[in-house]
Amino acid sequence: MLKCRAVWRKLAPLARSASTQCRHNVKTALNNGRRQAFVPATHMSTGPAGGGGSENTLYVVLVGAACLGGGAYVSNLFITSKAPTEPAVTSLPESAPAPEPGKTCIELSAPLTLPSHAPYLLIGGGTASFAAARSIRARDPGAKVLIVTDEPNLPYMRPPLSKELWFSDDPSVTETLRFKQWNGKERSIYFQPSSFYVKPEELTSAENGGVAVLTGKKVIQMDVRGNKVKLDDDTEISYDKCLIGTGGVPRNLQVIEKAGDEVMNRTTLFRKIEDFKSLDNVSRNVKSITIIGGGFLGSELACALGRRSSETGLEVIQMFPEKGNMGKVLPEYLSNWTTEKVKKGYCVITALVKSVAFKEDKLEILLKDGRQVKTDHIVAAVGLEPNVDLAKSAGLEVDSDFGGYRVNAELQARSNIWVAGDAACFYDIRLGRRRVEHHDHAVVSGRLAGENMTGANKPYWHQSMFWSDLGPDVGYEAIGIVDSSLPTVGVFAKATSKDTPKAATEQSGTGIRSESETEATAVTPVASSTPAPVMEHKDEYGKGVIFYLRDKVVVGIILWNVFNRMPIARKIIKDGEEHADLNEVAKLFNIHED
Amino acid sequence: MSYWKDTIIFVTKEDHEAPSNAELVEEDPNDPYEERGLILPSGEINWNCPCLGGMASGPCGSEFKEAFSCFHYSKEEVKGSECLDQFRSMQECMQRYPELYPQEDEKDEKDKQEQATESGANAASEGQKDNDTTESEVKS
Repeated sequence: MLKCRAVWRKLAPLARSASTQCRHNVKTALNNGRRQAFVPATHMSTGPAGGGGSENTLYVVLVGAACLGGGAYVSNLFITSKAPTEPAVTSLPESAPAPEPGKTCIELSAPLTLPSHAPYLLIGGGTASFAAARSIRARDPGAKVLIVTDEPNLPYMRPPLSKELWFSDDPSVTETLRFKQWNGKERSIYFQPSSFYVKPEELTSAENGGVAVLTGKKVIQMDVRGNKVKLDDDTEISYDKCLIGTGGVPRNLQVIEKAGDEVMNRTTLFRKIEDFKSLDNVSRNVKSITIIGGGFLGSELACALGRRSSETGLEVIQMFPEKGNMGKVLPEYLSNWTTEKVKKGYCVITALVKSVAFKEDKLEILLKDGRQVKTDHIVAAVGLEPNVDLAKSAGLEVDSDFGGYRVNAELQARSNIWVAGDAACFYDIRLGRRRVEHHDHAVVSGRLAGENMTGANKPYWHQSMFWSDLGPDVGYEAIGIVDSSLPTVGVFAKATSKDTPKAATEQSGTGIRSESETEATAVTPVASSTPAPVMEHKDEYGKGVIFYLRDKVVVGIILWNVFNRMPIARKIIKDGEEHADLNEVAKLFNIHED
Repeated sequence: MSYWKDTIIFVTKEDHEAPSNAELVEEDPNDPYEERGLILPSGEINWNCPCLGGMASGPCGSEFKEAFSCFHYSKEEVKGSECLDQFRSMQECMQRYPELYPQEDEKDEKDKQEQATESGANAASEGQKDNDTTESEVKS
């Protein structure tokens, strides 16, 4: 029984319902207070009721399993999401498999047959597809799911490529692709190791179904009437239900594209594992890297590389046309404040690029204001172009405002076709038509698409969130529409005059702290009737909540250096109410607590 | 300039002491759109709950579903006591995939216990109304 009790206790943190729990814990866990980003662990979404009652049930069942004989590995799966080392899966072997005992010679030489039909066909091998595959398998017992991806890798999570992987102390991180989560445990960026999947050629005959991943193959044509697709090797696969999760391709600057091969060869468009590996290599072998782009990706990479620069003397420059980092997301005052913070780690230039040339073994970037920057390598992080290659052959609608495939609130494009992730321009009942390029959205929309592919008929309702960390002082989580062109109301925690020495001296008008303190004691009985004055220390936005408004309704919220509050933020957006006093709404967040 | 559209308010702990008078819409426990926890309002198991991780979708998914369903609907005095066979098949399946369902060793167990108590405290405080509903259903 002692064992059972031990297992019981182990089973405590079964569910991380919101990422925010993890992220808060990390603040204390890691050195120099750097926050660990949300890691999905074995479950991916910011599912709502992961905690509470569901945990209790799971305690019981898993303790039951454990007591019935060592279901300890079951509990492990929940707590740590410890995924063993996962070598990248290369494309499907061309030759016949090794001889199996009992088979005749004729069978041995027969080629592998890939499925000609998949009940569930998922185009694209990223986060949205994986989330959908999991959803389908959970809901349709014995489902046979085929993922087709042009990448050589099994499905993996993208955020660590611009975050955690760069902070790893392991010199072989580019091979292992493992990183430390908030709880100190390591995991791979791959959602699951290869043993989780069924081989594509075994999918059709798999008794309990499974998920198979066909790598290195691209879907080039879609026949919607015939319910089938054609691959780049001319094979055809028919389907019953299909998901398009093709994501997108990084945009490039026109001036770079026109600048010729020497420049292009020294430019990274960052998106995939291979880009991470190559940039890591480059960063160890050059003297100067310039990141063009002031959004999430550009800022995170600049921070990551800037961190390296202290060890290696690498010059890191971040360049963008907006006034400050995250200029399109954060209100101006906050964007400026953030930029001042990140400037401590690397050089920031606000400018528009006019042209790039390769001269005397260096890249010369000419700016519109006449300045010139010489660097060895460029990383272009200037946005994502959603991949809608199949739109034409499939006759699918593409959205002209947001890009991507146009789908309804249930993520459906046509009768048997759904789209999720970066490529989906969907109707959000609460916030209107939009397209979202964040990891959690890929998880949430992928799950939803999987549910609807198995008959759920649910609209997009559970609002996804996103996050970013830019050094030890700047970490935030956000939800909804967070666009700096919207009116905002920011509520920040401030110290009172009692708390800060500087303020105390200023208030009393004396320069000597000890004097002002005695004066304060004498005066207090009179002053107690009025509230302690708030000293507005200019530009000190330590922590708070920022509301983004559209027609007086909160459509987006940023939790600025406060954690564990995402559920309440989600609730406010879901309600869609007009609130007369947003300070009252801000109270719900208890920003002064940790 | 952003001054015209971006309002900034600084508040002290005292400013935020009084309870909020902001009104939130009451939750509908039967909202069909809402994401559910482990147990649906109907009493059925939500196999797609994020809390299950990949358990219901992996290679041992069917075995897991059989075992857990049996346990969930068990009315025996010792809940799940008639489900030994199902748990055994699940265990046998999991042993075939040690990569996915790794075995514990003593040291890891101790580490996890420490984490568990810490995170367990956090998880408990996360409490949502949704959870309370499911919890009461399970207990009844």
